[in-house]
Amino acid sequence: MKPSVPASGIQPWCPLEERPACCEPTPFIEVERLSLHYGQKPAFHDVTISINKGCITALVGPSGCGKTSFLTSLNRLTDLIPGCRVSGSIRLDGLDLLDPNTDVIRLRRRVGMIFQKPNPFPLSIRKNLEFPLREHGLRDREQIAATVETVLRDVGLWDEVKDRLNSPALALSGGQQQRLCMARALALSPEALLMDEPCSALDPLSSGVVEDLIVGLRNRYTVLIVTHNLAQARRIADYAALFWVQNGAGQLIEAGTAKQVFTEPRDPLTAAYVSGMRG
Amino acid sequence: MEGFMVNSLGRSLDGRELLASILVWSAAALVTATFCWLLWDILWHGLSQISWTFLTAPPRNAGREGGIGSIIVSTALILGVCLGVSLPIGIGTAVLLAEFTTEASLFGRFTRRSLDVLSGVPSIVFGLFGNAFFCKTLGLGFSILSGGLTLACMVLPILIRSTEEGFRTVPAEYRLSTAALGLSRSTTLFHLLLPAAVPGLLVGLVLGVGRAIAETAALIFTSGYVDRMPESLLDSGRALSVHIFDLSMNVPGGDAHAYASALVLVVLLLAINGIASWLAEYCLHRRIVTV
Repeated sequence: MKPSVPASGIQPWCPLEERPACCEPTPFIEVERLSLHYGQKPAFHDVTISINKGCITALVGPSGCGKTSFLTSLNRLTDLIPGCRVSGSIRLDGLDLLDPNTDVIRLRRRVGMIFQKPNPFPLSIRKNLEFPLREHGLRDREQIAATVETVLRDVGLWDEVKDRLNSPALALSGGQQQRLCMARALALSPEALLMDEPCSALDPLSSGVVEDLIVGLRNRYTVLIVTHNLAQARRIADYAALFWVQNGAGQLIEAGTAKQVFTEPRDPLTAAYVSGMRG
Repeated sequence: MEGFMVNSLGRSLDGRELLASILVWSAAALVTATFCWLLWDILWHGLSQISWTFLTAPPRNAGREGGIGSIIVSTALILGVCLGVSLPIGIGTAVLLAEFTTEASLFGRFTRRSLDVLSGVPSIVFGLFGNAFFCKTLGLGFSILSGGLTLACMVLPILIRSTEEGFRTVPAEYRLSTAALGLSRSTTLFHLLLPAAVPGLLVGLVLGVGRAIAETAALIFTSGYVDRMPESLLDSGRALSVHIFDLSMNVPGGDAHAYASALVLVVLLLAINGIASWLAEYCLHRRIVTV
């Protein structure tokens, strides 16, 4: 249940204090001393953090501090960028993620991703969901149809599109397209979802709808979300991590429960950032 | 100040706009008029010669009489060899350039530069190369095969570059999002990138085929000018453009049939253009709703 917080978000009655602890924290993704370079240029350096299972973790910080790079290293999308080097260790539920022998196809099924700009394929709404399922070996027509309906209901799109599943996905509104992309990721039943500013390209109304949806994913999926919207992070996150550029590379300044990071920041930089003085 | 305003926004600007309009319109009119005049000339002199017999009968008396049946067959065969060879190589190279090398890589830059130089090489040079390599070194002789292969070399640069452009117009997000969904690069290529690149491919095909079907210099040295009906790809065969050249330059009294052959060539070109743009339209529409 999300109380209606004004956009400014910083209110004396901020719901953070009332929010029950998400659950007994169980680390799902454990990152140790992770660094990433694009050629010679460091994106972030020496990041150590645990992402807890079933919780929403928000990554905040100014632009260019390596949040998105950090996110893409978790599903090895960094493999696609020429000259990108990742060092350190990432363990996902015990699996060594950076091991060259790790099956990236399987990994990316387990860790879905939502991008900043909605990017449905130039196919019909139905095909957008069926195509990845088919390619991952699901052949049974009824099962495919059932999955399509389930995930569309999950993202609250079913009633809006059930009569026009064969029309082009690109004809949907921006918010609907983003929800379709979420459905597409959910269709592969991932365990974790990486979201790179999923609301920033949307109008406020659609943004609210998508945000509610993310809150609804809590407990079922491990969600890691990059956001520039501090108010949004306060509203939805269980855990928060602040990145900042120091010595020419992104660094993890502080990580903890959202309540601690936003109300009792230990680092002066965090304090300045969450109070709106810096960043 | 006031005078200046009136001047710059009033009459003088109108005059300049008018001049610009006249220039632009007359340039367009000139281009259109040239095309219409050319078409009219060919139609005027050639249409009366066109008949079913002309299209199917073999040429007699050095082409002054008879028809162009064997010539159309040779042209089609040469074009078939050219496309059969250049399409797979062209698409393959374009995929390699656009999807598997970066724009700045040494290999990509070198290949692209070579292609750009190749596409500017005069056709007579291709003809001499084809004669030396395909006819002599590979021992294919003056044959439809030699001609088709030489044309393939000519068409490839255009085909590769425009197909590559087609691939590059596909937004990078598609590649990222398919990767993030755990889909392989080949799946992405066949289901998303290739359909999206089809319009670019077709543009290259139209330009390439246009260049190939109108080619004379390169074919005289490679496929020869025997006007009999070819029996195999290793036979010499005369292409339409070579036939037109021969009739108008070497055969006194061959003008009428030269015009008629030119008319057939122009109609073929227009038809290929039309089919390709219809296909491009069709693919653009189709790829939105199906995989």
